[in-house]
Amino acid sequence: MSAKTETVPVQPSRVQNWFKFDARAYTMIGALIAIWVLFSLLHERFLSPTNLSNLFLQMSVTAILAIGMVLVIVAGHIDLSVGSLVGLVGGVAAMLNVWYDWPAIPVVITAVALGAIVGFIQGWIIAYKAVPAFIVTLGGMLIFRGALFGTTGSVTVAPLSPGLKAIGQHYTSDIIGWIFGIVGLLIAAVLLLRKRSSRIRYGFDVEPLAVTLLRMGVTGALILGFVGVMNSYKGIPVPFVMVVVLALIFTFITRNTTFGRQVYAIGGNPEAAKLSGINIKRRVLLVFVLCNTLAAIAALVLTARLNAATMSAGQNYELDAIAACVIGGTSLIGGSGTIMGAIIGALVMGSLDNGMSLMNMESFWQYIVKGGILVLAVYVDIYTRNRKKA
Amino acid sequence: MTAALEMRNITKEFPGVKALNDVTLTVKKGEIHALCGENGAGKSTLMKVLSGLYPSGSYNGQILINGEVKRFSSIKDAEESGIAIIYQELALAKDLSIAENLYLGKELARFGIINWERVFKESEKWLSEVGLTDVSPETRTGTLGIGKQQQVEIAKALSKKANILILDEPTAALTEQEVEILLSILREFKKRGVTCIYISHKLKEVFSIADSVTVLRDGKTIGTYDAKDINEEQVISLMVGRELKELFPRIEAVPGDVILKVENYTVMHPDLDRKVIDNISFQVRQGEIFGIAGLMGAGRTELVMSLFGSYPGAAVGRIEIEGKHVKIKHTQHAIRHGMALVSEDRKKFGLVLGMDVKSNVTMASLNQIASGGVIDPNREVIRGNEYIRSLQIKANSVETIVGTLSGGNQQKVVLGKWLMTKPKILILDEPTRGIDVGAKFEIYTIMNELIRQGVAIIMVSSELPELLGMSHRIMVIAEGKRAAEFTAEEATQQAIMTAATGGKER
Repeated sequence: MSAKTETVPVQPSRVQNWFKFDARAYTMIGALIAIWVLFSLLHERFLSPTNLSNLFLQMSVTAILAIGMVLVIVAGHIDLSVGSLVGLVGGVAAMLNVWYDWPAIPVVITAVALGAIVGFIQGWIIAYKAVPAFIVTLGGMLIFRGALFGTTGSVTVAPLSPGLKAIGQHYTSDIIGWIFGIVGLLIAAVLLLRKRSSRIRYGFDVEPLAVTLLRMGVTGALILGFVGVMNSYKGIPVPFVMVVVLALIFTFITRNTTFGRQVYAIGGNPEAAKLSGINIKRRVLLVFVLCNTLAAIAALVLTARLNAATMSAGQNYELDAIAACVIGGTSLIGGSGTIMGAIIGALVMGSLDNGMSLMNMESFWQYIVKGGILVLAVYVDIYTRNRKKA
Repeated sequence: MTAALEMRNITKEFPGVKALNDVTLTVKKGEIHALCGENGAGKSTLMKVLSGLYPSGSYNGQILINGEVKRFSSIKDAEESGIAIIYQELALAKDLSIAENLYLGKELARFGIINWERVFKESEKWLSEVGLTDVSPETRTGTLGIGKQQQVEIAKALSKKANILILDEPTAALTEQEVEILLSILREFKKRGVTCIYISHKLKEVFSIADSVTVLRDGKTIGTYDAKDINEEQVISLMVGRELKELFPRIEAVPGDVILKVENYTVMHPDLDRKVIDNISFQVRQGEIFGIAGLMGAGRTELVMSLFGSYPGAAVGRIEIEGKHVKIKHTQHAIRHGMALVSEDRKKFGLVLGMDVKSNVTMASLNQIASGGVIDPNREVIRGNEYIRSLQIKANSVETIVGTLSGGNQQKVVLGKWLMTKPKILILDEPTRGIDVGAKFEIYTIMNELIRQGVAIIMVSSELPELLGMSHRIMVIAEGKRAAEFTAEEATQQAIMTAATGGKER
């Protein structure tokens, strides 16, 4: 038998245990619901399919950036350059498409490659030359913005070809939406059941089957409800489909691969990771390559949605992405954070933007409220952590 | 005449350990009082009590300064009573000037504006008190050698009107010449009536300067002696004079082939132009425990870290593993050659405390549980459970967060991590530091099991009974040099301490 029978530490009551997944995850979801309820009371159209569709469309860029940012922050670094990189890659993509008539696919490939190369250069300076990420990416932030002005001659580049526009403006058809929903539901069910059965196999505590079924039911209702709401407008926005796909891929990377595990170890205790034979430099380099590649994807989404590359595109997006990570429970010290949390964080930021715009609040209020929420979120996080320790 | 300092019946407990047990220390006015004891005897804890780092109330007992009972709730309180402590690790801001360091926290200022002229003038005065007349107070402190930095520290202490000066291993990093300068400064102070507590392992220094000697052992006062009435050997035997109380389940080694051969190995300090390991040679056989003894700062940890490819200072010398000449540039090389290192500080170097048991155990061998870079969670749980069982790690499950485990169980997780790499050479640096007796015994048992399987173990330890009780051979390092080597039969605490404190070579 495993050693768990040997000790009898104080356990939370069983019922508490079944529902414990993460007090912090619940806090986040609770905050999101509170924001939604508040806005729906303040404005009757907030929860309308049209607006929700808009909301998910708008939060997609921040969400894609936040996915990459989670990796960077978990590894114990920061990337301040992604906003400017979004601008630069968007500008290059639009130029190739509009001025040189490149079709969509080569443009996409070039843009993604540009992001990867930039990530390689920044990551290399950070990992191998030991220049702090804060400085390297602060420099990158200025350089990329300057490069955007230089290459495009400071003019707006528009309009894009229809193929490229589709990335940001298309919606899935009703049928495809439902197929996504049902496939998602089935995958979620299989994963939950498989996890349960392997936990039983290894003698871990498991929740009663009823709780698992309840959880499956809630997940299913959320997925199908989402598809239904989206379909009653135009369908699921393609950018949000990309968010979901990327979130799944990166959740897999963070949880199931040696690379992901090592990134968390590096952030948790770099000394121990190094002494365990983990090649920290190579991992950090790859983290920046991934983060900036994702920034390039976000750039394509943004440029396509706006149907233009503008000089101010992506400005301050790095701060939205960092805020999304932090609201989603990523520790700025490194070592902990989840992709799912960052997506919810992006949704929180997006909902604030969307709701306040809907209410015609002046933009200065939007800055103030978002800033306040960020500080509040971190305060709540630190407060709950400290209480746990005591 | 009342004593300058009296510490009466001091008892200080940490969870599970009595670090100080009814310790009494009486220091006369104007004397140099040496405090001697093995690593872990309680010297530093006692000084932390005295300096207010452990506030009044966190220990039992009384502190009297000039016959007056004092309760220090902070370092500042102690300083106000004239107590200044100079630690082994100097606490100077290296990028500030000497003058700024001297007046850090008590700047000579009016309305927040610093009067630099006065600062420099006063600084010069204090510097000349400690014999530092050849440097300007405007010099950046980091450009000074360690010896001079220490003089700055002492000047700083004087400028706080300290009349009880505590020096904790002041000469550990000094050259012989610098030591001489320091000792003459202290003799000068004595003439002026400054009381001094001198903590040192180096008994030669102690006897050349101290008026009286107090020996601590296992958190207790053994006695205070007039330096004239006692000699080095007597002090050593008082320091180590304990029985082998704990149980050491040593098994006789069946030494196999030489697996690790180190020749003329020299390691440089990463920042200073100083050798931390000076031309050491030794070899280790399969199936034996090779002990490395030495005082704190002798270079033991630096030696094993460097062999493992994880010490920042440059190293020269020849390393052979299984007869083959190898170059170990970084940790990955060392692991590939079958080495494993359980470091002395498990929280800093061994574990990711926020991660669970299985993630920590598998950290150095993720390739064993993954295919194509994807971790198989089932295999991970199986392997994690394997080590929970074989090392008897007391954890709820493999998903227990390591930070919540006790010290002994954390240490077993580190061991598990390295055992999973199937090492041929296992280096244990202070393997039982800070863990309770029961867990110690379990770790010894695991070590025995490993040597039976033919693993070579290198054990660095400050606990002499442990070294004597478990090792088959013991090498003693003193100040980076190989001072002696003993077989298990020859080795005694006395002989090791004599070699480690710079006694004659053998």
